This record gives sequence, structure tokens and C-alpha cells, in this order.
Amino acid sequence: MNEKILKQYADLPKEKFALVQSGEKISDKKLATKPIGSFKDAMIRFRKNKSSVAAAIIILILFLYSMIVPLVSPYDVSFRDGYYKMLLPRSETFAFLGWDGCKVQNETQAGYDYLSSIGYELGDSAVKDVREVYQDAKGTTYYKLYVDSYDKVGFIYVDLTKAEYQALQKYQNENNIQVIYPLPANYKTDFIAVSNGANLWYELQSDAASNQGMSAHHDENGNPVFVPNYHTSSNPTRADYESLRIEGDNGGADGETWYTYAAKNQSGYRARVLYREYYHYVNGFYPNHLLGTNQHGQDIFACLAYAARLSFLLAISVSIINFVIGIVYGAIEGYYGGAVDLILERISDILYNVPFIVVATLFQMHLANKVGPLVSLLFAFVLTGWIGIAHRVRTQFYRFKNQEYILAARTLGASDMRLIFRHILPNSLGTIITATVLIIPGVIFSESMLSYLGIISLETSGLTSIGTMLANGQAYVSTFPHIIAVPSVFISLLEISFNLFGNGLRDAFNPTLRGADE
Amino acid sequence: MGKYVIKRLILMVFTFLIILTMCFVLIKLLPLPAVKSMGRDVKLVLARREAMGYNKPILVQYGLYWKHLFQGDMGLGEQMYYGLEVVDVFFTKLPYSVVVNLYSILMAIPLGLLFGIYAALRKNHWQDHVVSTMVMLFISVPSYVWAFLVQYILCYKTGWFSLTVASRETTEFFSWAMFKSMFPAVLSLGIYTIAGLTRFTRAELSEVLTGDYLRLARTKGLTRSQAVVRHAMRNAMVPILPMILSEFIGILGGSLIIESVFAIPGIGALFVQSVNLRDYNFFMADTFFYTFIGLLSGLVIDLSYGFIDPRIKMGAR
Repeated sequence: MNEKILKQYADLPKEKFALVQSGEKISDKKLATKPIGSFKDAMIRFRKNKSSVAAAIIILILFLYSMIVPLVSPYDVSFRDGYYKMLLPRSETFAFLGWDGCKVQNETQAGYDYLSSIGYELGDSAVKDVREVYQDAKGTTYYKLYVDSYDKVGFIYVDLTKAEYQALQKYQNENNIQVIYPLPANYKTDFIAVSNGANLWYELQSDAASNQGMSAHHDENGNPVFVPNYHTSSNPTRADYESLRIEGDNGGADGETWYTYAAKNQSGYRARVLYREYYHYVNGFYPNHLLGTNQHGQDIFACLAYAARLSFLLAISVSIINFVIGIVYGAIEGYYGGAVDLILERISDILYNVPFIVVATLFQMHLANKVGPLVSLLFAFVLTGWIGIAHRVRTQFYRFKNQEYILAARTLGASDMRLIFRHILPNSLGTIITATVLIIPGVIFSESMLSYLGIISLETSGLTSIGTMLANGQAYVSTFPHIIAVPSVFISLLEISFNLFGNGLRDAFNPTLRGADE
Repeated sequence: MGKYVIKRLILMVFTFLIILTMCFVLIKLLPLPAVKSMGRDVKLVLARREAMGYNKPILVQYGLYWKHLFQGDMGLGEQMYYGLEVVDVFFTKLPYSVVVNLYSILMAIPLGLLFGIYAALRKNHWQDHVVSTMVMLFISVPSYVWAFLVQYILCYKTGWFSLTVASRETTEFFSWAMFKSMFPAVLSLGIYTIAGLTRFTRAELSEVLTGDYLRLARTKGLTRSQAVVRHAMRNAMVPILPMILSEFIGILGGSLIIESVFAIPGIGALFVQSVNLRDYNFFMADTFFYTFIGLLSGLVIDLSYGFIDPRIKMGAR
């Protein structure tokens, strides 16, 4: 009987319904403001926290830097240069602020002559400024020089095949840029004697004992006088050189003394090139390293972006995975309770107590060869990382699951899944999101620590990481601190910003905790 | 209380055994490092591995491992410290880690407490803001960055301290020379502990300071310092003391990063070395030790609450 009536009403057509009060005037006040949900409320509170907003902006900038620079930079991790090593930071725009790739160094007379001779042939010098001249107790003169770390490289010898040699000459002719410079007279010996012999193009003093054999002639004031000491020949096209010649190379007084620009050897030609121009010829751009280079000649600015991108991607994937696992695990624990909770709690307890460093190492040893070091590191972070979130979720479930509104929902026939995800979980979403965000700096720190210690090696396959960069720089802390300072500053900035950002998020989601530091 | 302690102890032993078993199996599943270094007789090494039971099934080896463990034997060095007892090497390294950490904690605890109390008493004044900002800075910036900075300033720029730790052959552990050589490491370790303790003390004490009983103490005529020392501090210490205790246990663990930066020959360095050279006996010994320290410190923290504050009933739900 009852069912019959129900059935009768089950499929009522739409037309049979009519609004009762459709004709009447409703005197309720319309809502003047937009509804504010809990997230919007939290965002409003977050925006009031100036330091957290600033931190969020810094994080965003660092993130964009790590994403954009690898796409636009001419350098990448595999770009290494054998000569432009340990260059100092230089920016063309801000060079006047002292960001010019130069550094003060103390030199002897020979060193001063050597450095100031570099680039003399093209009207330049590696020495930008002589800051101070002083003498020690023995009467030896020393110079305090302001030296450009880029120009210091000067000239190098390159061995070219015939095709390369001709292509380089063609390039010279077409662009009217002098790349190949004459060989010094003693190129055969000084190539062996000193690695940078290509820069010793001037006449050295015969008085070898007192001047280390490398100082130039001097005028009466002690200033170096550079007398060119090129290898000469009566044949202007010796070693098949038919291209631009430097100033002063006009056949000499007798018209038969031409400078020699290259020497034939077994494989082709050995030429003396201005490295800056040669670099431009090979790579298509002039060297400009905003944050300098390291001992492998890698651009630190680009490497850092690659390293940061790796860290960010790793950390974000870890936090997302941990978020999902943590919520599911914690929800099951907290919602079902009892024996399920007891067993799951023991499992997470055991995992929690395994030292992370051991987990990372074991994963590295077992999986790195199969899935690569990065994926095995991801597994290591995921294995224990979700426990914190699961614990939070579990606590929240215990708190909410016996409240009346849950009982009401259950009475209305809500399923377990609906109760978990619609009714209980949203209550704790704020704290969980905060915890998830704070996983990111933790992962970045741990990853950099592990790669710094050499426990994981991410340097293979064109990758690099902040820890690897730190380890690279450690040997040069005293001489070239910028190599280690750049990644250090970056990670410090990132960690500080994330901490501030996390505090702001926590305050926003849970105003009662404001000011508490835990 | 007693029942709770026993329950916790059994749980701890249980967890410890499971972790150790897992690690043992995982390590034994790895292929043994190839014998190819110069000057080593391949046949001899293989024969020794056979004799040490490396070719037996893993379960049998596991049994042997425990048997040897009860005799205080954790195997011999395979890839490093050839033929030396792992336990012996371990205990020559341990004091370095412990001494560095001990110094840093002895420096950090009074300073941390002092700053924390000061900031809490001056809450929302500029002194508090300065301390809080510093704490924020010191906690956020990774420990190795501080280590590099300390090394750069104290060892290179000023040249006041040597780069390496004094050797034990030339001086004692608790001597001025040793302390001086360890100072940069102690400082870099201590910075972090000071900041952590300051933050914790400030948070706990400032919470206690708002309590009604403190207002009562002031109302009945106690001076501010009397009220703080006799009433606030005692209550704030309830969570602070376990933290200090756990720091003391943590000093055994050493610090991987600091030991690496300052080349301290401690157990952290031993661990890194064992990983890089794939010496599984050393690796297992370090794992054993780290796991034990971690579990112990958790246990001590939990139990100490009950001892410090009789009002806290252990094991009550």
C-alpha cells in the first residue's frame, strides 16, 4: 500500500509544480556582500601579514628564476669552458657598482708586467687599476692591482685542423675581427714552460735570476715597456695565413719581416688566438657570467637555476605525493580506529624511526642504477615523509568523528567516503596544507645535504644540485668564495622565505595559533 | 607508570629489531663490492668472504650476525680500515663526535635559555622582536651555510682558528688546544641549538606568563622576578627539560654536515665514508647506532614528562 503511494509520487512531471509565493513581494533584505568561505577568509588574513606576503613573492621570484633561466640562458650544466674558470660575477648593466668581474690581487713586478701586457696588442689591459705600489723589507716591489678576471685569460694556443683554420680565417675576413694573433718568437719553448705562454708575446729581460725571467723591459720610471717579440718570417703567407694582420705588421723596415700567425704541426695548425674572440667565434656569444663560473668553467647563474629547478620539482612532487598518501592513511586510521588504527600506527611508527639518512642511502644503493638517482631519492622522501601529515589527519579525525553533525550526516545515509571527504577532512585542510607546504623547504634542504655529502650523486647526466654546487665550492672558500656563496645565499633565502610563508599560512588558517612558533 | 615504561620499552625493542632486520636484509641483498683494488689478492679476499659466511643464505647470516653481535663483534672493515674490527674503529671515532657536540651543547643551553627567558619577559617589545628575528634567521638558514660562514670568517679571513681538528696523538680531548681547534665547529653546531632552544623557551614561558596563577602570585605581593623564577619557570621547564635531555642524547649522533665541513673524524664522517666506499659492515654498525639513538631519545622525552611533572599521568588516555 505504502509503496504504491510512493510510486505514484515518484515520477511527477515538472509542470505540476508551481511556486507558491511567486506573485508576492519578498521583503527579505538581499545579501549585500559576497559570501566568504573559509579559504577566502584565510586569504584575507594572509594578505594582512606583510612579511608572509613578501616571502611568498620572493619564493615566486626564485621559482620563476629556476623555471625561466634554463630556457633562455645560453649556458647549461654541460657547458664547461677550460679557460674561463673561476670567473668573478659580472653584470654589464651594473658594472659601475663594482659588479664587474674584477678583483684586487697582489703581484710582483713580473706578475704586474704579465697582467698588464695581456690585451696590450689591442689597446687594452687586464689590469684595470693600480691601487698601490709598495715595497717589503727586502726592497722587493709589489703591486696591488685591480685585475679583470675575464681579460686575464688573454691568449691561448689552439690546435686546428686545416678546415677549421681556414674557416676561422674566413670568419676574420668577413667580420673584420682579429682572432688570430702572431706567435711569440719562443712559442715552442714557452708553450711547454708555462701553460699561459701564449700571453708572453713581449721581450723578457735577460736578467732572469732576479726577475723570475718573466718581467718586461722598463723605462726609467719603472713602467713596463713592451717590445714585441713575435716570430717573424720573410714569407707573409707562412703557414697558409692569408687574412687580417695586426697593426705594425707591414713587413718591417726591410719589407721582408712579416709576423708569423700559425705553425704547422702533425694534425694541422697551431695558432695563437685571442680567447675572447675565439670563444665568440665558437659559441656565438661573448662570455658574460652574471654570477661567475666555478672551477669547471660552468656558469653559476645557469647551474643554480638548473639545480633549483631540480630541487623545486623534486620537493613539489614529494609534497603532493605525501599529501595524498598522508590524507588517505591518516583518514583510514582516524576514521576506523580500533584494530585498524593500532596496526597502521605501528607500521608508521616503525617507518618513522628509521633514520632518514639510512633510508636515502639504501634506496640509492638499490634503485639508483635502475631508475636513476632522482627517482630513488623521490622514493626515499616519500617512504617516510607522509607520516607527519598522516598523524595530523588522524588527530583531526579523532577530534571530529564523534561530533553531532557527523552523526546527523550518517543518519541521513552518508557513506563512509562522503563522511571522510565531505564532512571531516575539510575541517583540517588548513593545517594539512600548511604542513604540506612546509615539506618543500625540508626536502630541498635534505636533498642539498645529501648531495653535498656525496651520498647521492646527481651530477651525472647533465644534472646538478645545490649540494653539488656547495661541494664544488668548498675547496675554494678562501680563494673564490663566490662559488660557494651563491648557492648558500640562494638556499638561505629560500628557507627563510618558506618559513615566513609557512608561518603566515598557519596564522591565516588557524588564527588562534597566531604568534606561536611551533 | 611502571607498566607504561615496560610497555614502551617492549615496543622500542620491537621497533628496533624490525628496523635492524629490514636494513640487514636490504644491505645483504646488495652485491658485494668487486675486489679489484691494487695490491689485494683476489683469491684471498674471496676465501675470507667465504669463511665469514658471506655466501650463506641471508637468514643464516642474520643468525650469525646476532650471534656475533652478542659477542661484541660487528665484523671487519671490508673497503676501509682493512681488517680492523668495526667496533674498535667505531669507538675511536665516537669521542670526536661526542666532544664537539658536548661543547656546543654546554655553550648552547645557558645561552638559549637566557635569550628565551629574556624575549619572553620582554614580549612584544623591541628586544623580543630582535631576538625573534634572529632566531628565525638562525633556524631557517641551513646549518652548513653557517658552517661555511664561520669557516670563512674565523679560519680564513681572520685566521684565528685552524682549519682542522687537533689530533688525539698530540693533545687530550678536554684540553685548551682541542677546544680551540674545535671551536668553529662547536660554534656552527651551537648556533642552531641556541636558536631552537630560545624559540622553544620563549614560546613556553610566554604561554605560562599569561596564566592566572601568576597574576595571583603578583597580587599576593611577590616581586616580578620572584613570580617568574618560582612559579613561571618551574612550569615552563616541564616541556623544556625533556628537550634539553633529548639534545644530550642527540650529542651521541653527531652531525654529518658539520663533521664533513670541518673534517672532524667522527662517526658522521665514518658513515659518509662507509656509504661512498660501500663498506657494509660499517654501514650496518652506523645504522644500528643511529636507529638506537633515535629511539632512545624519543623514549626519554616521553618518559621524562612523567618524572619531571608528577601531575602528568603516563599512559593515561
